[in-house]
Parts: sequence; C-alpha cells; structure tokens
Amino acid sequence: MNMNTAINIQEQAATDAIIEVRGVHKVYGETVTALQDINLDFNRGELTSLLGPSGCGKTTLLKIIAGLLKPTSGEVRVNGRPVTGPGPERAFVFQDFALMPWATVVRNAAFGLELQGVAKAEREARARHYVEEVGLAGFEDKYPHELSGGMRQRVGLARALAVDADVLLMDEPFSAVDEQTRRKFQEDLIRLREVENKTFILVTHSIEESVYLSDRIIMLSPRPGRLNRIVTPEIDRSGDPDLIRRNPEYLDLIDEIWTGLRAYVE
Amino acid sequence: MSSVQTNSGLIAGPTSRAFAMVGGTPLLWRLASLAIFCAVWEIAGRTNFNWAFPTFFETMAALWSMLADGSMIMAYGRTLEPLVIGLVISLSIGVGAGVLMGLRRDAEWITLPIFITMQAAPMAALIPLITFVYGIGLTAKVLAVCMLAMPVIAINSYKAVRNVPPSLVDMSQSFMGSRSQQVFKVILPAASPMMFAGIRLGVAEGFSGVVLAELLITPTGIGDLITFNRSIAKFDHMYAAIFSIVAFAVIAVSLLHRLEITIFRPEKRGA
Ligand SMILES: Nc1ncnc2c1ncn2[C@@H]1O[C@H](COP(=O)(O)OP(=O)(O)OP(=O)(O)O)[C@@H](O)[C@H]1O
Ligand SMILES: [Mg+2]
Repeated sequence: MNMNTAINIQEQAATDAIIEVRGVHKVYGETVTALQDINLDFNRGELTSLLGPSGCGKTTLLKIIAGLLKPTSGEVRVNGRPVTGPGPERAFVFQDFALMPWATVVRNAAFGLELQGVAKAEREARARHYVEEVGLAGFEDKYPHELSGGMRQRVGLARALAVDADVLLMDEPFSAVDEQTRRKFQEDLIRLREVENKTFILVTHSIEESVYLSDRIIMLSPRPGRLNRIVTPEIDRSGDPDLIRRNPEYLDLIDEIWTGLRAYVE
Repeated sequence: MSSVQTNSGLIAGPTSRAFAMVGGTPLLWRLASLAIFCAVWEIAGRTNFNWAFPTFFETMAALWSMLADGSMIMAYGRTLEPLVIGLVISLSIGVGAGVLMGLRRDAEWITLPIFITMQAAPMAALIPLITFVYGIGLTAKVLAVCMLAMPVIAINSYKAVRNVPPSLVDMSQSFMGSRSQQVFKVILPAASPMMFAGIRLGVAEGFSGVVLAELLITPTGIGDLITFNRSIAKFDHMYAAIFSIVAFAVIAVSLLHRLEITIFRPEKRGA
C-alpha cells in the first residue's frame, strides 16, 4: 500500500502529465481507421501542437481527449482519472467558433458557466473579465454577426477561459481568420500564457504556427493517423514577437519539419 | 399538390411557396409590385376581355359595401372558427412532432413517413373522403385545415432541428450541459428561425385549407360569399371576397413574422 503510493508519486513527479493517451484506436464505421495506437503524454502547463495533414485524425484525437467521442479502444486519463465524457478540467475552442447567434458576446462567453448553473451576476462578471482579457472590451453587448471572424474566435476563447479549466483544447482556432488576424492572435496567445497558467493542446496544420507557439509538436502521419515524430522547439518567446519569426532556430525548425512531411505530399 | 423545396431548404406547398417569395422582399418593392398589380387589374378589367371580370375599383367598391353592411364581418366570423382551431391543433402537434422527430431517431422512423405522405397527397381530392367520414360540420373543416397546415409545420420543424450546427451541440456537451439544457438552451433557439419560417408557411396553407373546405364541403363564411355571389352573378362581390381572403392571409403571415422578430430575435431588432 505504502509502496504503491510512493511509486505513483514518483511517476507523477517524473512526468507530470496532465493528460495521458494510452493505446487509442479510433475506427469510424467499420472501415475508416482514423487513429491507430496513439500513446501520448501532455505535460502540465505546456502548449502542445498536434500537427499533420488534413484528414489524419487531429480533430478526432482532440475530441476523444475532450470526451466528445469515444475511442474504439484504449483510454485517455486526465489527472490520472479515465475520461468517460466531458469534464470541468477541459474546455474546447471550436474551429467554427460555435457561438450562439442569438446571444450577446457576454452571454456567449458566460455560457459555459450558465450551463454549470452559476448565478447570472457572477457568471457575467467573470465573462466580462475574460472578454476584456482577450481584447474585446467594448463589445460586450454586441451579437456575433456584428463581429469579425477573429473577434468571434476571441469570444470562443473567452468562453473557454471563463470556466477556468486546466486544459484548453483548441481545434484549428485560427484557421477561419485572415493571416494578419491570425498572427495577432498567435502573439496574444503567447501573452495570455504568461497570465493564465494553463495547459494548451492546439490542433493545426500550419507548420509555422506550431513552431511559433508550441513547447512540443506532435506530428501525426496521414490516415490511419499514427504518431510520427515529436519535436521540441526551444525558442525564447519572451521578446519582440516579430523577432521570433526571424529567429534562425525558428526558421530552421520549420524547414526541418517541412522536409520530414514532404514525403507524404509527394 | 406537390411539394417543392424553396431555396432556403424549406418544404412548401403551392400557397406557402408564393408566400415565401413575398416574405423576402423589402417593403418598398412589395408596395411597388402591389401598385403595379392593381394597375394591371384595373386595365384588364376595363378592356372587358371577360364579361365576368370586374375592374379593381369596382371590386374595392364591392368590398366596401360588404364591409359596411356587415356581411363580410359575419363571414369571417364563421371562417375563422375552423381556421383558428385547425391552426392551433396543427401548431401544437406539428411543432411537437417535428421537434421530437428531429431529436429522436425512433420518433423519426415512426412519424416522418406519415407527414411526408400527408405532404405529398393531393388534399383537395381527400376532402370528399373527409366529408364521407366526418360529415359536413366543423370537424371536417378543421381537419381540412390540419391536413394542409400540419405536414408543412411538422416537416419544417423537423428539418430545422436537424439543421442545427453540430458544433453548437458539441459545444453545449463539452461544457457539460445536460440533455435538457442542450435542447432548450441550444437546439430549440438555434432551430427557431427555420421553425418559424415553417410555421408561417403552415399558416398560409391553413388559409388555403379553410377556403378549400368552405368551397368543397359546405359553403359557409368566406366560401359562402364566393359561391353565393357567383351564383347570382355579382362578380365584383365575388372577386372582393377572394381579394379579402388573400389580403387577410398576407397580413396575418406578415404580422406573425413581426411578432417572431420582436419576441424571439434580439439580434435582429434594430438591425
Ligand atoms: N463522423 C465521421 N464518420 C466517418 N468518418 C469520419 C468521421 N469524422 C471523421 N472521419 C474520417 O476520419 C478521418 C480523420 O478525420 P479528422 O476530422 O479527425 O481529421 P483532421 O486531421 O482533423 O482533418 P482536418 O485537418 O481536415 O480537420 C478523416 O479521414 C475523416 O474522413
Ligand atoms: Mg479537423
């Protein structure tokens, strides 16, 4: 008994994985194998990217971690407990924003709390705080159709932050916005990480984006999605965001990853 | 009465199809086309291409006289009874069944074929059958309204629920909303614009159902005004009665749209 706990603590200290993915397979229907034997750890406080070509199962893996999909076999553990469905420690940011068009920015941002039954005054105060934090002060009472794509995604981000989850699961959060907005958003995300002590899992198919943002990049191979390679960019992100984009380490790593992925495209 | 998919994906019958087209245009255009329509009517009436066809102003004069002597008010009193009862039944069952079919596969499997058949069946041909079973009273007329209005309302409510973006459903699930929160806070509000569009079409079909019933079962109300005036060759009065029911239907459907926006669509108010 005592020994057991000791071993457990030791294991935790060694890895400090907040999310563990163990032997996950996902087969759609009978024939489409989306994921094959995925084993991964996501470390607490890190930003990890899932990078891979279209259709390799990135969304599928993220939804399995979120508890929105059941794996065909294998399991996911969050803080050591097996996932059976969505949980309060995880919040999702959707590729198409998933905002309610009939609700204001504040109500949308507060919706996670509303579903949890938090009283109106409290949830709106918290939502307002995060709406401001993602840079949307002044837009609290607007409706989604009055916002640009980038602003809508900030609402989605505020909603995920407001429930105060440990892990933010983001499915290509920047793919529906233009390049300038995307860059600004990426820079803001780096700043946000300094304020909010959270674990991020980010799905992307942009090599630049993953290198720019991530502590760790997990590369998946095309269908059936398997673990291909794990890259750990060690880039200092504290300075001027534009400097990072000119940092030779950053550029070399992009090249290196591209060389590795090229084989799939050709 | 074949059904057609309008460009918005709604299922509509012939009456409601016309309404769907009218509903989308701005007010100025509608007024302009109305003016042109009246002018063409007036000119056509004056050319005397058909001895039974009155001019626009003759028709309006007849309309006024029927309003003034109270006969039209009386007629509407009779017509509204089956119409309102039929619409209330169609709305409650149609929306209820449509939403249930949208939410549950088993309900869809059992119920959808019934509504699709009702939608596709030629209702005018079924009215003699209704009279055979239910006689010529109020029940038969209410049934005629339901048979036309209910399938449109049910099928559009069903499609509305099915068309809710899956990511919104995922969203409420991922933030741990219960099934009832999911239905009442996300699915129904998201489905409501298309549902209301279906309801407007259903109400329009209901109008056509009640007139059909009053013409084909027993002449009462507005149907009586039409048949009676035809039989005594007062064609201006007959056209006035027809005009009034069309205008009434258009106004009722427009008011419904207004009501929907003021009550349910905060994001469209003021915009
Ligand atoms: N509900 C589903 N039913 C059947 N097959 C599916 C379903 N969802 C996804 N797939 C298939 O599983 C594979 C992985 O899909 P997934 O959406 O996870 O890919 P992805 O990596 O997120 O792609 P993208 O970059 O285009 O978003 C794809 O080949 C897709 O066709
Ligand atoms: Mg995807």
